[in-house]
Amino acid sequence: MPKILTRMGDGFLAEVSEGELRKDLEEGTKDAAARANIPPLNEDELRHLYDIYRSSAKFTSVDIGDEVVLTYDAGTLKIRRVGIDVGRIHALQIYERLLGADTMELAHVDYSYKAVKPIVGNEQPILEQALLPSTIPLFYGAMPNLGIYSQPDGPVPNASELMPMGKIAEARAAQEEAVELAVKDMVYVGSAMYESGADGINFDTTGAAGDPDFLATLRASKILKAKYPDLCVELGMAGEFILGMHGKLEFEGVRLAGLYPHEQVKLAQSAGVSIFGPVVNTNTSKSCAWNIARAITFIKPCVANATIPIHANMGMGVGGAPVMDNPPTDAVSRASKAMVEIGRLDGL
Amino acid sequence: MQMTRGMRIREAKAYVAQKLSVSVQDLADPVRMAEVRDDLDLGLVRSLPHRVKGIDAKFRIAELLDIGINCVNRFRDRVGKKFK
Repeated sequence: MPKILTRMGDGFLAEVSEGELRKDLEEGTKDAAARANIPPLNEDELRHLYDIYRSSAKFTSVDIGDEVVLTYDAGTLKIRRVGIDVGRIHALQIYERLLGADTMELAHVDYSYKAVKPIVGNEQPILEQALLPSTIPLFYGAMPNLGIYSQPDGPVPNASELMPMGKIAEARAAQEEAVELAVKDMVYVGSAMYESGADGINFDTTGAAGDPDFLATLRASKILKAKYPDLCVELGMAGEFILGMHGKLEFEGVRLAGLYPHEQVKLAQSAGVSIFGPVVNTNTSKSCAWNIARAITFIKPCVANATIPIHANMGMGVGGAPVMDNPPTDAVSRASKAMVEIGRLDGL
Repeated sequence: MQMTRGMRIREAKAYVAQKLSVSVQDLADPVRMAEVRDDLDLGLVRSLPHRVKGIDAKFRIAELLDIGINCVNRFRDRVGKKFK
């Protein structure tokens, strides 16, 4: 029986049989369905996935005419990771003209709103200059990153230290204080960038510090959209599940801890978010096929519940792509094709 | 169109195609779209003399698609002040 060359979630090659591939797809979708109480993929969808993942092609793509918008976050950082030490405006031009980006994002190497706030006056002229030679829409982006508001990096007591000591009330109070500070920083930076001409603001890895992180971003989005109704707010998540680091935080009466993408998008829409970027983390112990079946199972109801465009995050360790800095194109292209064709995305 | 009007991908493609007087299928053809972009002054991948680039192209995009583009509006305000 012929073997199928595929990859594991850690990026390494593996050979699987046809039966093993089918089993991985079935188990991946069942895992997501059980966790989020959503329907698993149906037989046609699993067959479609099977056809994509049993291919021996080095690279695959959608059919002509089924293309979606291709957006990038933090591109001005990532080009430096491969040792190309260009200025950020040149980096934006490289992405626009050579890499086929449909939108780009100006970002600072210290990619957090807290870090950008004190230097926003230096970031604004770069954005203003970058907007002149660029043709594609240009966002300004950073992470809410509530973790850095905690001591020793920030001013509030460290909830991660308080919780093991049994000081739950104190830990919650600290996280609530961090939320207030983060909202101020995100609104301040977002406002400055909009006033400098940004086409949009991106909140990247939202929810990385759990429900306080998600709450801060939703509140900042709501404030910014009320202040600037024509601002495009893109909200990209950090994971498929909102960790209950606080556990009792709510946004408009909905408890945030435990939400999955199909529930997250409703709150994002309510907050005025323009584009939502759901994330599904990759399990490195499972195959990419298992991971993509799981990811699409989460994404499908998110797309169905959405009234705004959905750009699923695909890349380093998310969206069925392997967890590595430079995911191989065979793995990323299969995952992207599957996401677009079965997930019915508006963009990647 | 996704950013300014919240359109989903199919709707966005249909809108842009109609505004540019091309078919939705044409949007996916880089050869056809290079002609369209050149004819309508929407900016090209290649940098050629006397062709719109960057902010100029965005003025045209805003006009043709009937959308507001933040940097275009602010550029217009800034330049307009100096020449009043």
